[in-house]
Amino acid sequence: MAGPQPTSNKKPRVGLFVTCLVDLIRPSVGFAAVKLLEDAGCVVEVPAQTCCGQPAFNSGDRATTREIAEAVIAAFAPYDYVVAPSGSCAGMLKVHYPELFHEDPNWLPKAEAFADKTYELVSFLVDVLKVDRVDARFPEKVTYHDSCSGLRELGIKAQPRKLLARVEGLNLVELKDANVCCGFGGTFCVKYPDISDAIVTKKAGEIAATGATTLLAGDLGCLMNMAGKLQRQGANVSVRHVAEVLADMGDAPGIGEAR
Amino acid sequence: MNAITSPRFKENVSEALADAQLQRALGNTGSGFIERRANAAARLPEFDALRDSARDIKNHTLAHLDLYLEAWEKKVLAAGGHVHYAGNAADARAIVLDICRSVGARTVTKGKTMIGEEIALNEFLEEKGIVPVETDLGEYIIQLRHEAPSHIIAPAIHVNKDQVEADFRRVHTHLPADRNLTEPTTLLAEARGVLRERFLAADVGITGANFLIAETGTSIIVTNEGNGDLTQTLPKIHVVLATIEKLVPTLEDVSQLLRVLARSATGQDMSVYTTLSTGPRRPSDVDGPEQYHVVILDNGRSAMLGGEFQDMLRCIRCGACMNHCPVYNAVGGHAYGWVYPGPMGAVLTPSLIGVDLAGHLPNASTFCGRCEEVCPVRIPLPRMMRAWREREFERKLSSQTIRSGLAFWAWFAKRPAVYRLATALAMMALRIGGVFRGRFRRLPLASGWTKHRDFPRPEGLTFQAQWKQGRRR
Repeated sequence: MAGPQPTSNKKPRVGLFVTCLVDLIRPSVGFAAVKLLEDAGCVVEVPAQTCCGQPAFNSGDRATTREIAEAVIAAFAPYDYVVAPSGSCAGMLKVHYPELFHEDPNWLPKAEAFADKTYELVSFLVDVLKVDRVDARFPEKVTYHDSCSGLRELGIKAQPRKLLARVEGLNLVELKDANVCCGFGGTFCVKYPDISDAIVTKKAGEIAATGATTLLAGDLGCLMNMAGKLQRQGANVSVRHVAEVLADMGDAPGIGEAR
Repeated sequence: MNAITSPRFKENVSEALADAQLQRALGNTGSGFIERRANAAARLPEFDALRDSARDIKNHTLAHLDLYLEAWEKKVLAAGGHVHYAGNAADARAIVLDICRSVGARTVTKGKTMIGEEIALNEFLEEKGIVPVETDLGEYIIQLRHEAPSHIIAPAIHVNKDQVEADFRRVHTHLPADRNLTEPTTLLAEARGVLRERFLAADVGITGANFLIAETGTSIIVTNEGNGDLTQTLPKIHVVLATIEKLVPTLEDVSQLLRVLARSATGQDMSVYTTLSTGPRRPSDVDGPEQYHVVILDNGRSAMLGGEFQDMLRCIRCGACMNHCPVYNAVGGHAYGWVYPGPMGAVLTPSLIGVDLAGHLPNASTFCGRCEEVCPVRIPLPRMMRAWREREFERKLSSQTIRSGLAFWAWFAKRPAVYRLATALAMMALRIGGVFRGRFRRLPLASGWTKHRDFPRPEGLTFQAQWKQGRRR
């Protein structure tokens, strides 16, 4: 569904939902998102925010989730769009917030209006802003992992590949089982660390088999999981968020690498 | 054999991950089921529309289950069959025993039935001096091994070929020692040879049912080996074990469900045998049982009607959810600790044995969503696993560590200003800690993570702190 249409002569006003992991661990992904959005003609603002509420939602704490969701919806009310550099958090805002309020006639319309204007970053660039080129160079052999929520809740698959194809020097080799979970699963990876490890070990094997020097994906949680495993194994693969490469910020150290 | 070990799920997982034979079997299975299902779906342009229709047929039936049960029962009786209602597993076992004793049965042959597993029928019959003989190859193998099925359609998927060879040599001691048992085909031929005389000797044949048809009073089984047909036609008595949600209104409805069942399960257009049974042998029939009984089990299912978990009763037991589950593929089916493994088990098991015992199951999911993506009747499995987590949270069944951690985090997550300050400080502290490397090999309070992977050193100031200071790019 299309979000509210900004008037043609006015720049769309985007509220950036940074996501807690980007905010805390890798702010450069947030700045990459700002650059991509501004280059595509948006005005970007960052209202005070914490988290989308997934840890509570997936732990069965609906009351806390609702409190957080209400605060997020209110904080982002002024914007034409809400954009997050994560399929998982965007899926929470777009798919699960309306579910959360499905029996609340007061909040449901607000949650639905909020969902309608909310997007994951790369799909927003391609599907809404119709971006079809990027000004970036990254002369590496790259492989791409499709994070589950983005892929299955939001249908994000072609969009990142479309933009990566426009990055100068980038050679994309497809990852076998790119659509299979990496084993992160939010709190799952610490509640069931051994199962998570078995899953990410398989994933790391597939990544190594591509011969790629860089792994990209659109979700920092999955990226930290895969980077952490690859580094524990001593693999020589750099791991980055796709937005960093698209924003031509691929020269910073990869996730977990020293400067 | 099917004692409940779901409460010790974590221990089961550790054992499964350390079990080299199991991991070899899981590795050999690889993505075979997944590719075959994908190809079958791709060959049928209307596959997704059929899934919608399959979902609607099951929803309609569940909404009018009383009506269809009654109509079905009338037809069974009219065809000369018997219907027995069993409220729970003990009732069902007692009914089966009575039927067996009525003909002085000494051996019963069994087609594959998960309801038989659910009521632990084999152990019970053995206790009562009746020998149950599994006739599905996979079931036969695990019966020899005194194991439970680890998959609802491929019960011996956790066993390797060479292990089967060893089991056959151990048990079939009357056969020549130098026979070739290295290929699946020779293993199958040997099992068939051994089972042939069992089929002929059996007094009662017990099968499951994939569907019960209200319009005609028919039960249907789908198999690939033909063992089900011999099980139900050769003995004097055919007993069908079924549950209330197997009902479907008409033959036309069943034909739609059959079109998604095998494609979702094994990637076949149809299973090799689709066998319809309506009552006992008629005077004009050349073969068939003298008596036809259906034991229809509830065992907690009627309590799911009209509630949060009713959608689970749509399940047609294809196994696609477990085939596509990263957790199932890592640990196998036995770790789940009862009859039904994988995502469908994670939702159904708490409904049937209680979330107090099965609490781990709906939690042991990454919510990757692949199960729902492939489910032929579109059961929202992740959403229902989350619903179980909500019940656990409300009843304070989830672990105290997780609950305290969550409460601590939530306090900050609800207060953006405090959050910004606290996280900025915490990230600076982490940054100083990891100053010599880009990452940590060990972190206090994060051992679940760092046991298996490194944790990246934060870049420095949080995004929000930098944004507040005016940085824009």
